[in-house]
Amino acid sequence: MSHDHDDHHHQDNHFSPMEARVRALETILTQKGLIDPQAIDAIVETYETKIGPRNGARVVAKAWAEPDFADWLRRDATEAIASLSYTGRQGEHMRAVFNDAQTHNLVVCTLCSCYPWSVLGLPPVWYKAPAYRSRAVIDPRGVLEEFGVTLSPDKKIRVWDSTAELRYLVIPERPAGTEGLDQAALADLVTRDAMIGTGLALAPEARP
Amino acid sequence: MNGPHDLGGQHGMGPVAPEPNEPYFHAEWERQALGVTISCGAFGAWTLDESRHARENIPPATYLAASYYEIWIRALEVLLQRHGFVSAAELAEGRMLEKGAAPKRVLKADMVAAVLAKGGPCDRPLDTAPRFAAGERVRTRNFNPTTHTRLPRYARDKVGVVETVQGSFVFPDDNAHGRGENPQWVYTVVFDGGEIWGEGAAPGLTVSIDAWESYLEPV
Repeated sequence: MSHDHDDHHHQDNHFSPMEARVRALETILTQKGLIDPQAIDAIVETYETKIGPRNGARVVAKAWAEPDFADWLRRDATEAIASLSYTGRQGEHMRAVFNDAQTHNLVVCTLCSCYPWSVLGLPPVWYKAPAYRSRAVIDPRGVLEEFGVTLSPDKKIRVWDSTAELRYLVIPERPAGTEGLDQAALADLVTRDAMIGTGLALAPEARP
Repeated sequence: MNGPHDLGGQHGMGPVAPEPNEPYFHAEWERQALGVTISCGAFGAWTLDESRHARENIPPATYLAASYYEIWIRALEVLLQRHGFVSAAELAEGRMLEKGAAPKRVLKADMVAAVLAKGGPCDRPLDTAPRFAAGERVRTRNFNPTTHTRLPRYARDKVGVVETVQGSFVFPDDNAHGRGENPQWVYTVVFDGGEIWGEGAAPGLTVSIDAWESYLEPV
């Protein structure tokens, strides 16, 4: 059997087991007309280039800059976020939770990998892996230390386990010394981890 | 089910190990795994709840060693076979041997933007009033079904406070098994760390879950 049509002239044994497994599945589904390779490319392109944590950073920056928008987020995060055109898969039912001087919020899905895709994009590997999912609810300070975050001992920690279809976006505290920044500059301070709760917003001097 | 997925509070899983500047995908097959999983979900043959349950049913040793995209693919193979789209023989041979079931729809490239933008809302109207109100103390039920549930083990038989009535949503414990959507009210219930973890619980810790009404009893 010829394989002249692609780069792989030999047997599948130079693929990793998962690569071979996914290729086999893709082959069967394509032969049956059940998947469209161009649709797969379009899905991947969407999450590589269009839907990612910059969406969420704009939500946070707007909440910092506009108290009315922050109020809207508290009342109806789904609608407030939709006003910025961030909607859809795994963002259907959004809740925004606000860090403040007393409380730090941390989001996890202990049962699977629930994550607010519409504002943060695809979850990082660690978010879906057993270490984070097991420890976030019992040892959040230990987890935060691994992200280089040390909270003051008197700060309360609220862990949100995403066990239903609500998806949580953490609104981190606005860093000091950012009064003069516009929303685009503020958004640069908002990391993905700050919106999960495993990080804090960057200080203005750390702006990338 | 008390499967390998129910990880809250387990020990021995190691450090979290965040990866600086992590790429979205660590191999080309992960890209394909994302696209194939979403494409097959668009058949409309199974629910998100059924797919979650298929992932939970992966044997524990395999589940804990697998990356999440591997978990997706292993579960997808089960779902495709269960619903007649692909046979075990085809998976073994890596090619089509028979036609198999026809889905309600095949996701084409020009449909992708609309399908992703629509998502899959799970809120459903309910005629009955919520049984519990914000501020009310509730106890989570103690049960150990072999079937799908979204009440984690660490939060069973615990007393917490209803913080928010979040709306009415499809009930996954039924929907995962083809027993209908049977929507229920969902509540955010907050527990003190000490109620869940007892002696040595982290000070200042509260943990919340989102619980369907039938998971809760009045205190």
